[in-house]
Amino acid sequence: MNIKLIADIAKSLLIARWKQTLVAAVGVTFSITMFITLLSFMSGLNEMLDNLILNRSPHIKLFNEIKASKVQPIELTKEYKGSHHFIRSIKPGAVRLELHNVRSIINTLKNDPAVLGLAPKITTQVFYNVGAIDLTGVINGIDVEAENKLFKFNDYVTEGNYMDLKNIPNSIILGKAAADKMLAKIGDVVQVTSPNGERTPLKVVGLFQSGLVDIDKVQSYASLSTAQKLLGKPNTYITDINIKLKDINQAPALAKSYGVLFNVDAEDIQTTNSQFETGSSVRTTISYAVGITLLIVAGFGIYNILNMMIYEKMDSIAILKATGFSGSDVKRVFVGIALSIGIFGGLAGLLFGFLMSAGIDQIPFNTASLPTIKTYPINYNPKFYLIGGVFSIITTYLAGLFPARKASKIDPVVIIRGK
Amino acid sequence: MDKIILSAKGINKSFHDPVTIPILKDINFDITKGDFVSIIGKSGCGKSTLLYILSTMDTDYEGTLTIDNAAMRGLKEADLAKVRNEKIGFVFQFHYLLNEFSVLRNVMLPGLKLGKYSEQEVEHRAIEKLKILGINDEALKKPNQLSGGQKQRVAIARAMINDPLIIMGDEPTGNLDKKNSVIVFDIFKELAHSYQQTLLIVTHDQEFAASTDRIIEMEDGRIISDHSKARV
Repeated sequence: MNIKLIADIAKSLLIARWKQTLVAAVGVTFSITMFITLLSFMSGLNEMLDNLILNRSPHIKLFNEIKASKVQPIELTKEYKGSHHFIRSIKPGAVRLELHNVRSIINTLKNDPAVLGLAPKITTQVFYNVGAIDLTGVINGIDVEAENKLFKFNDYVTEGNYMDLKNIPNSIILGKAAADKMLAKIGDVVQVTSPNGERTPLKVVGLFQSGLVDIDKVQSYASLSTAQKLLGKPNTYITDINIKLKDINQAPALAKSYGVLFNVDAEDIQTTNSQFETGSSVRTTISYAVGITLLIVAGFGIYNILNMMIYEKMDSIAILKATGFSGSDVKRVFVGIALSIGIFGGLAGLLFGFLMSAGIDQIPFNTASLPTIKTYPINYNPKFYLIGGVFSIITTYLAGLFPARKASKIDPVVIIRGK
Repeated sequence: MDKIILSAKGINKSFHDPVTIPILKDINFDITKGDFVSIIGKSGCGKSTLLYILSTMDTDYEGTLTIDNAAMRGLKEADLAKVRNEKIGFVFQFHYLLNEFSVLRNVMLPGLKLGKYSEQEVEHRAIEKLKILGINDEALKKPNQLSGGQKQRVAIARAMINDPLIIMGDEPTGNLDKKNSVIVFDIFKELAHSYQQTLLIVTHDQEFAASTDRIIEMEDGRIISDHSKARV
């Protein structure tokens, strides 16, 4: 009964001042709209930029790095064993680039419950021979199906069918920029020279575009067997194993243990791509800061309007108190007004925010470096709507609380005797 | 013996800013049920101050105030609000009606707050009160569409809605012209005599006071005389 009565009084005061109320609600609506749009757009962009690298990066990469031997000859002598050695001008030793015992490594990893999947890979330097000119390049020998499943290879093949790489022997998918340089089209045959001097003709079956032109200039893809033939190596020759995990956060720990277990170098994604996470989190923080600032400004608007309303309604507050409404009843009336402004303004804001992001989602966004993106990216994460909704209620509640407390402390005697 | 419904014992009040000035000095009196009392005195003699203390709205005083056998000292703000809601009706010099609500709703508000009756019953009772005061035709109008005298009658209806033990008035005719003053005064008289409503009216209008049953006269914060007439 009491709550209903208080809601009724709050409603009447609201309607009596509907223009001011509307202005306050529009303030909240505007700030929530901007908050939702800004965050959806910002995190959509973040996600897109991150995926540019992260989608194609393995969580853990196993390989043999060219480096100096950990155990230097002096360590093997009796007198100096265990001492601290100062050695200058150490050079890296001869390291075989291929992984030892590839079959057993692959079998062990396939049975590891933490691993989502793995893709063996051969990376080798080559020259593309174009007439009298040799262009440097890198050929990645890949397991086509595994590469597509784990690293969305197909997304970046802009021309041709990626499966042809597997089905047609001695085929190659060239980077778009490299192909442009060589004036090569699908169906053409390009000459490739491997590091050991052998020249092999390869048929172009597709072009790929990674989004990073520097990569597209040098990289191309061939199947594992083509790459092995190119290098004159047996079919156990694998230089890298790219692993995707079920939980990306386990990468650093697992990389360490795989490195020890298989006696290879293991690199985790957090180490190689730390700059992306930093960039994303900074951008997200800025968006939240701007959104919350907007809300706080709207909160001040509500504070002002309620303050004005309380000065105008001094008499009404005084008589309510004289006829038996307690201070907390009066407080509830004004907090109720603030909250309804917050709730209705906030709901409208969430709706407009959704519509505005949906609108941005329709704007064409074509860029040569991002073949899979056709419109501006938007992230429709319900989390933003939840935060926006909760925050609009909290700010309006606080904005209403202080004027409401002031109203509850009005002394009716002062008002009534003042007349 | 009539029941004592309001009792003031040794009420003192001073203002302390900037120096202590006593406003009320040792006020003692009782009001029994059915009394029609007026407090008169010159402007500044403390009669309004006394009324606000008796109404529980002003809590800054010394002495004992008892309403309906319950001591008011030490009650919390919310409890005092409850006492005002249930036991005291107010009529002020200014009507203090809420323009956002209809006349009927204005009368109903304290009744709805009390929550003793359902909304339909409160509405029915409000219409009854408006009928007694002869303004039930105006029930659905907004207060700002009424004349000054009508507004004051609505305020009286509002004071009556919870059947209070006592209705207090602070110069209830002070803002009205002669004709409306007479109407309002006749209403008070009828309430007192036909409905045995207890009334405590602060006024400086000698004529008004003369027709009440008991006159308390104040000067410089003291009661200087307290005459009761025989009931008519």
